[in-house]
Amino acid sequence: MRFGGIDIGSRSIEFVVVDDGGRIIQRCEADTGFDPITQAKKLLKSVSYDCIIATGYGRNLFETTFDTPTITEIKAHAVGAKACFNEVRTILDIGGQDSKAIALFDNGKVKKFEMNDRCAAGTGKFLEIMAKTLGYKIDEFGREALTAEKNLAINSMCTVFAESEVTSLIARGENRREIAKGLHIAVAKRAVAMIKRVFNGGLMVFTGGVAKNPCLCQLISEAFGMKIHVPEAPHFVGAYGAALLARDTL
Amino acid sequence: MSEVYRFMWAELGLDLEAHDVLIGVLGKTYRDIYLSQEKRPEGMNYFDFVMSEVHGLRIKELLEEKQIGRKIIGSYCVFVPEEIVLAANATLVGLCSGADFAMEEVERLLPRNTCALIKSSFGFKLGKVCPYLEIADMIVGENTCDGKKKAYESLGNLVENLYVMDLPQVKSDQGRSLLKAEFGRFRAAVEGFTGITITAESLKQAIQTVNAKRKAIHRLSALRKADPSPISGLDALLANQVFFYDNPARFTESVNKICDELEKRVEEKQGVFNEKTPRILISGCPMAVPNWKLPWIIETSGAVIVGEESCVGERGARNLTDDSGNTVEEMMEAITNRYFKVDCAIFTPNPDRLDHISDMFETYNADGVIHYGLQFCQPYLMESMAVEKALEEKNIPTLRIETDYGMEDMGQLKTRIEAFVEQLK
Repeated sequence: MRFGGIDIGSRSIEFVVVDDGGRIIQRCEADTGFDPITQAKKLLKSVSYDCIIATGYGRNLFETTFDTPTITEIKAHAVGAKACFNEVRTILDIGGQDSKAIALFDNGKVKKFEMNDRCAAGTGKFLEIMAKTLGYKIDEFGREALTAEKNLAINSMCTVFAESEVTSLIARGENRREIAKGLHIAVAKRAVAMIKRVFNGGLMVFTGGVAKNPCLCQLISEAFGMKIHVPEAPHFVGAYGAALLARDTL
Repeated sequence: MSEVYRFMWAELGLDLEAHDVLIGVLGKTYRDIYLSQEKRPEGMNYFDFVMSEVHGLRIKELLEEKQIGRKIIGSYCVFVPEEIVLAANATLVGLCSGADFAMEEVERLLPRNTCALIKSSFGFKLGKVCPYLEIADMIVGENTCDGKKKAYESLGNLVENLYVMDLPQVKSDQGRSLLKAEFGRFRAAVEGFTGITITAESLKQAIQTVNAKRKAIHRLSALRKADPSPISGLDALLANQVFFYDNPARFTESVNKICDELEKRVEEKQGVFNEKTPRILISGCPMAVPNWKLPWIIETSGAVIVGEESCVGERGARNLTDDSGNTVEEMMEAITNRYFKVDCAIFTPNPDRLDHISDMFETYNADGVIHYGLQFCQPYLMESMAVEKALEEKNIPTLRIETDYGMEDMGQLKTRIEAFVEQLK
């Protein structure tokens, strides 16, 4: 059998298919765009599967269109991260427009979680807009920030206010990499505070697209004095978790 | 009929156009949230009717009471003793505070970071859409939280008949003396206002009437211990909300009638949701009509609500008033004793509330607790931290929600609540 998991996020859609042994047979992704269902349909057409579970913010829309079961991102990331790192106890997931910290029991079940409530401060969208303001591509943003020689303080975490703060720092002639570092420090602080509210000891894993950012990984690892582990393709962890749940429950 | 009501609303000084909008939204919300539920008890038809006539027939009834000289007293809080009001042959009604209305005007009088409930009470006045407020001969404000007591200073400029009752903040002898003195002052005010002297007989009768209402609610609550629960949390909340609007005797009768039906359901193991559906206890701020947002999300996310640790719920209706006294003074003591037990978060410290939450968790066989705090409600939000800590020490899964009457956080809330329900399975 081929078990599918689809994660319909605010920025991108990921689709993973696993076999009976839970091994990944296939994975693919697309931008969410303004019409997530059409985008999801395209992805599903390109791959064969027997059954599927949806997760992500678009899961309920997907559920009504395709009549499939759904789970929340929180459970999906818990299952996916546990499959990547069996010893995981704490997960940080930062996606396109939300961020979550999840504590797990030893058996991998969710013990407690925290989630940002209303705005996109400290999420992928925030980093994307800030990278653009500073003229960086998103995949070089973290790398460049790591090369900064000093830490610049950014006071605002609101996407709108931070952008104008960055503009005025540029106007003041501040170094671009140092501004980038300051922004990363601000995001990391927020993430660390969120993790601390649920922190459970044990192995810590970083999932979601933002986990690809090396500067954030380093800052968070430093804050806890322990390595934060990143799976090979962190943005697929939600879809992977959903596929594994499809295998176990459908 | 509706033309008759329009005339009545116009006479009361309501803004008919704005009121039409409110009634339209209320009707649609009620259909979407309430009438779409499955396997509802038949007895809920009565409450559906009450809600459909909440600004109609009930207002007409109150106007008729006024015509024969009965006074109508409006209140915003469970600390206003209905016993005293009824004993003076007056009627107590809850005033509207469960929806955003005329917010631009409200924010000219109140800071933006005021809780939704207080803002709402102003919105209904400024928007001229609450017939209860307009019909009331006396409006009772009470010094509970800082937000409310300062807001009443402004509300006093908007209405002519505001009476403010002071309340203690500490459960000490001095605190109790203050409550007793304030209830005495309220009794005198109500007597002066109605021209009716409260007698031992009328007070005893009033205590019994209000106790009967509470007992009916206790009976309803007890039936929710069953798995499957014979009634949805939304419907039980509605009964608790109507508690504040309806004629007391008719309310008692209607709730008891539903309970007869629910008893049969429990016997036959029938419920609104399947057996083993995760069971949630809600704890925190009151939910006034039509604030059904959180229960609606919970019960469409695969869980059932089995209790409300709330003023519109068990905190408000928990205790009976001792009716064994023979003199007005003895019964006033009993009333003071009864209300002094209310474990509102304005009290410091407030350990009883923690105990009650744990007790209710056990009593109603709940699987988890969702703490509901209105944004900017300092007393309950402060307590929510301690509640979460205490419950988690007992390994009781707890989720803290902070929200308001707006709908912009629906998606986030849905994800958080679904994830919490997954956690309980």
